[in-house]
Amino acid sequence: MNAVLSFNAASTATVMTTAQPDGNVASLSRITKRYANGVLALDDVSLSLRKGEIVALLGPNGAGKSTVVKLMMGLSTPTDGSVRIFGADPRQTSTRLRTGVMLQIGRAPEMLRVREHINIFRGYYPSPMPYNDIVRAAGLEGIEERMFGQLSGGQRQRVLFAIALAGDPDLIFLDEPTVGLDIEVRRGMWTQIRSLASRGKTVLLTTHYLEEADTLAHRIVVINKGRVVCEGTPAEVKSLGSASAGGSTSRSLKIIRCGTSLPAATLLGFRGVTSVETAGDITAITSTQPEATLRELLALDETLHSLEIKSPALEDAFLALTSE
Amino acid sequence: MTTTFIPVPAAHSMGLVRNLRIFLTEARYEFVRLLRTRGFSMSVVGFPVVFYIFFGIIMNRGQMIHGVSVAKYMLATYAVFGMVGAALFGIGVGLSGELSAGWLELKRASPMPPLAYLLAKCCGAIGFGVIIVCLLTLLGVTVGHVSVTVTEFGRLIGLTMVGVIPFACLGMALALIVPFNSAPGFANMIYLPMSFCGGLWIPIMMLPHVMQKFALVLPTYHLAQLALGTFGYASSGSTASHWFGLLGFSMVMLGIASLAFRKLEQNS
Repeated sequence: MNAVLSFNAASTATVMTTAQPDGNVASLSRITKRYANGVLALDDVSLSLRKGEIVALLGPNGAGKSTVVKLMMGLSTPTDGSVRIFGADPRQTSTRLRTGVMLQIGRAPEMLRVREHINIFRGYYPSPMPYNDIVRAAGLEGIEERMFGQLSGGQRQRVLFAIALAGDPDLIFLDEPTVGLDIEVRRGMWTQIRSLASRGKTVLLTTHYLEEADTLAHRIVVINKGRVVCEGTPAEVKSLGSASAGGSTSRSLKIIRCGTSLPAATLLGFRGVTSVETAGDITAITSTQPEATLRELLALDETLHSLEIKSPALEDAFLALTSE
Repeated sequence: MTTTFIPVPAAHSMGLVRNLRIFLTEARYEFVRLLRTRGFSMSVVGFPVVFYIFFGIIMNRGQMIHGVSVAKYMLATYAVFGMVGAALFGIGVGLSGELSAGWLELKRASPMPPLAYLLAKCCGAIGFGVIIVCLLTLLGVTVGHVSVTVTEFGRLIGLTMVGVIPFACLGMALALIVPFNSAPGFANMIYLPMSFCGGLWIPIMMLPHVMQKFALVLPTYHLAQLALGTFGYASSGSTASHWFGLLGFSMVMLGIASLAFRKLEQNS
């Protein structure tokens, strides 16, 4: 699984560079999606994907991530707004020939072999990815002759990943691709996803693993309750999240954790301190000017111990952004 | 008149070749998949074969009623029983499983032509229909002392290939309406009463008069009469009226299926 995709000249030559006039490979513009039962899944969402980038769609369950994927695949039609993939309708065969998708599905037909599943999908495309490359990329060596029904959960995920790659597509949608995979296999899949992007392919993945979005994505789009909450590089999302948590727009925000005898009221009086939380004998001080805060803190409290300074993690940002 | 080169027909025929190739692959693997699914292949082939052995061969060995060989008469009706089962379970239950698992969505998101998928499913059922008819004929000829001419057998096989279609439409409608968990139950609820009332188990003229009238609305009755017709045993109604009945039934089922599909699409 760790082998990076090897690709031959023939397959790279077929990578087309056509994109929409604005340079986007795919775009959702001002999409509203209301289901027949009245549920509003997406509310005025705009999103665009540029060539060669990995975009992670991050959000809690029910945020509308899968709806975005289904709209982009033309499996669902928007109530309002437009979806363009390679400048065309996602439902056109010519568009589908250039996209690949991995959906969260219960099961594939169980009485077909792994090899057969891959070859059936390869047959849909005029210039599919070579069979051996797919098997290597998805880490399916040795289980090619097994029936789908005999595979473990992780192996099934890998077959679905292989199916998404079958047509050597320029745009790949991965809906929760690594759910249920152990950490080693997950990392292997990350390597593959990175190598796809390095070949100029565009990848949109939905995930609820923050670590995955953080390490893999060029751009993160945080979505909650059908709306885009924020969008940016992992670093930008982190600082935006902490800003919204602390009510400040500063990007140098740090969290200082320590054991201190100073009361919270004194700490809040320091320059740059936006919040103070005490849990047990450890106090977490959020500061937009950490150096100044520290100087004052160390000067006033000689008994200070267990000092730790950290950048807010994506998880903190995510919680801040998606909370009420 | 100027002559300009129009590349459209060439592109069109290319697309046709591609679609045909995809259809053949789908059909082949649909058949292989059904064959490997023992729960399907054993029961769908086993039921008509066992029923025919009991009711067509053992219980009525060598019997003739009004110059009609019972074993031969039942060969036709149990052949229809087999075809209907293959279509209803192969397509009805198979499609509903793929629909509920989300597999159909993955297929629809791919560049696979939807018609190739549906026709492949239909061909899988036809394949099983042909296997069943061949087995029953073999049993009838070897054990039941039934004489079937090559022409009669050819016509029965031909009828099988077309006769599966109305029930494939029924299976499709069933798959789109009924939730997966209850699909096999519903399929049986339709299959068994419809087989009995259509005269597949007991000859139609032995059923009460009211039931004979009711049978006119059943596709099993019309297909059974056509199958009996290949042996010259048809009891009532013209051949055309039976074809018309099957056509009408297919259209209604396709209509229901397309309505149900549109509703599913709106909810997705």
